Amino acid sequence: MKLRPATGRRLANLAVTLWAGACALTGIFILFWILYVVLSRGLGALNPAFFTQLPTPPGVSGGGLVNAMAGTLALTGGATLMAVPMGLMAGVYLAEFSDDSRVGDYSRFSTNVLMGMPSIIVGVFAYTLVVVPLGRFCGYAGALALAILMLPVITRTTEDMLRLVPNTLRESALALGAPRWKVTLAIVFRAAKSGLITGILLAVARVSGETAPLLFTALNSPYWFRSLGEPTPNLTVTIFNYAMSPYPDWQQMAWGASLLITFGVLIITILARFLLREKNDDR
Amino acid sequence: MVKPARNQNPEDLRRPPLTVVGDRQVRTSVRGDRVFRWSTLLCSLLVPLVMLAIGLELLLSSWPAVKQFGWRFFFSQEWNPVLQQFGAASSIFGTLVSTLIAMLIAVPLSLAIALFLVELAPPWLSRTVGTMIELLAAVPSIIYGMWGLFVFAPFMADYVQPFLGKTLGFLPLFQGPPLGIGMLTAGIILAFMVLPFISAVTRDVFQLVPPVVKESAFGMGATTWEVTYQVTIPYGLVGIIGAVFLGLGRALGETMAVTFVIGNAHRISASLFSPGNTIASTLANEFSEATEPLYVSSLVALGLVLYLITYLVQVVAQMMLRRRYRAWSVGL
Repeated sequence: MKLRPATGRRLANLAVTLWAGACALTGIFILFWILYVVLSRGLGALNPAFFTQLPTPPGVSGGGLVNAMAGTLALTGGATLMAVPMGLMAGVYLAEFSDDSRVGDYSRFSTNVLMGMPSIIVGVFAYTLVVVPLGRFCGYAGALALAILMLPVITRTTEDMLRLVPNTLRESALALGAPRWKVTLAIVFRAAKSGLITGILLAVARVSGETAPLLFTALNSPYWFRSLGEPTPNLTVTIFNYAMSPYPDWQQMAWGASLLITFGVLIITILARFLLREKNDDR
Repeated sequence: MVKPARNQNPEDLRRPPLTVVGDRQVRTSVRGDRVFRWSTLLCSLLVPLVMLAIGLELLLSSWPAVKQFGWRFFFSQEWNPVLQQFGAASSIFGTLVSTLIAMLIAVPLSLAIALFLVELAPPWLSRTVGTMIELLAAVPSIIYGMWGLFVFAPFMADYVQPFLGKTLGFLPLFQGPPLGIGMLTAGIILAFMVLPFISAVTRDVFQLVPPVVKESAFGMGATTWEVTYQVTIPYGLVGIIGAVFLGLGRALGETMAVTFVIGNAHRISASLFSPGNTIASTLANEFSEATEPLYVSSLVALGLVLYLITYLVQVVAQMMLRRRYRAWSVGL
């Protein structure tokens, strides 16, 4: 075998090392660039009125987005209420009962596919399912679309987290005479608690910044949020509408809303990761 | 991830436990278990049902347009709500081109980042950098849109596009006025958005290569790059392809960021500087304003095309990844 000279190989190695480091730096740079822009442009919009008042027409100073904040909370909350029980139960089946059955495989496969489904498609689905028959845009359609987006995230994390619980725990509870449902809900769930909360938080983080599925379901509204039965004001669609408008004060509002959404989502995500890491350290 | 041994015989678990309580109570617990088991089964069937329902709904609602235009729908570039003429060609073209640009940038970048995280960085640095890269995935799409429209597009117009025009301007790809918004800008922003997905899965793929295999190569005097290129990448190739497809699926359906920066013009042009549109951006822009049934139906037909493409891409990604990799299960 012919030996290749070491200098060339070392240089190639150095070049790749530097390149890889540069790529990692690029990624971090983009993240901080975006965060810096959102922070520096959004801070100017935050004042007491922003959190307490309704939007004003362009040109009229003052005004806020309190209605959109309430609407976003309601939409996300509604979606969470729909998706969490379903997702937890589906995860329980996959982890506890599926025994690698055919049904389990189909369900798992669809969960993964649904996870990568574009959110706008889910929005179109909610539109044809709810908005068309009702004949008007409404918050329930938006909440439904968000719930469909949350479902696979919760199902997957639930399954993974339940599978991490050692079987001995299940067996000892069963040996004490507990029925299977009680073992799952009282023992396995408790052991996997922080993991399950992580899954739910990640799902909430994922949908609370979503815009596309709300565009033609919840729509938007400049009025007070009253119920999910009518067009519901929300922050993300407001950002879209205001950013595309030619009025500087509306664009300023859009930056303020962007700041709220970005840091809200990032804080939830970091919290979820923190919970998961803490749990892994326990073992 | 360690998968606990399954209970071999579920029948054993359903047998009434030997307790001193009366016969009746034991039977209730058996019935409770059965109810519990079936309700979890129903919930887990919900996801495949939703997938199926989405496909059916899209097919049904797009039927008028499909009937009206037939195959012409896919090849016609005309999109005229006033004359009720709809063709998907420019949207499909835009979706493919912007995704292609994104993948050309994101794949090498993410592979390098994964290499950096697994092989080059010390553990503390790897964890910090890894978390930051994953946070890129947590930033909502619309925020990329805001940043793209107000910051990145002007940057492209002022610096990148004039430079490209000067150096590569002989290619039709890089001709035309530097507007900032357009296909190229959309593709680059898409690349930043899918980068965390590809690099997170690739990192897991790299980590699953058995240390013994890598160490034997190191033992023969190979450099880190040689080990990566000749051992790690061939070993994890299937997983890497899966990761790329996962990113591809994301890029195809990404909506808000693209809608902000692509310019939203229903036309096909050779230059990457000129505005275009994608399936997702057309839906986002026009759906809530569409009133004519044929208009709505044509938009849903666009959605159906996107559904089918992403479904196929996801199936490939699934087959490549199976259940072996952890990153994308944690909400990524």
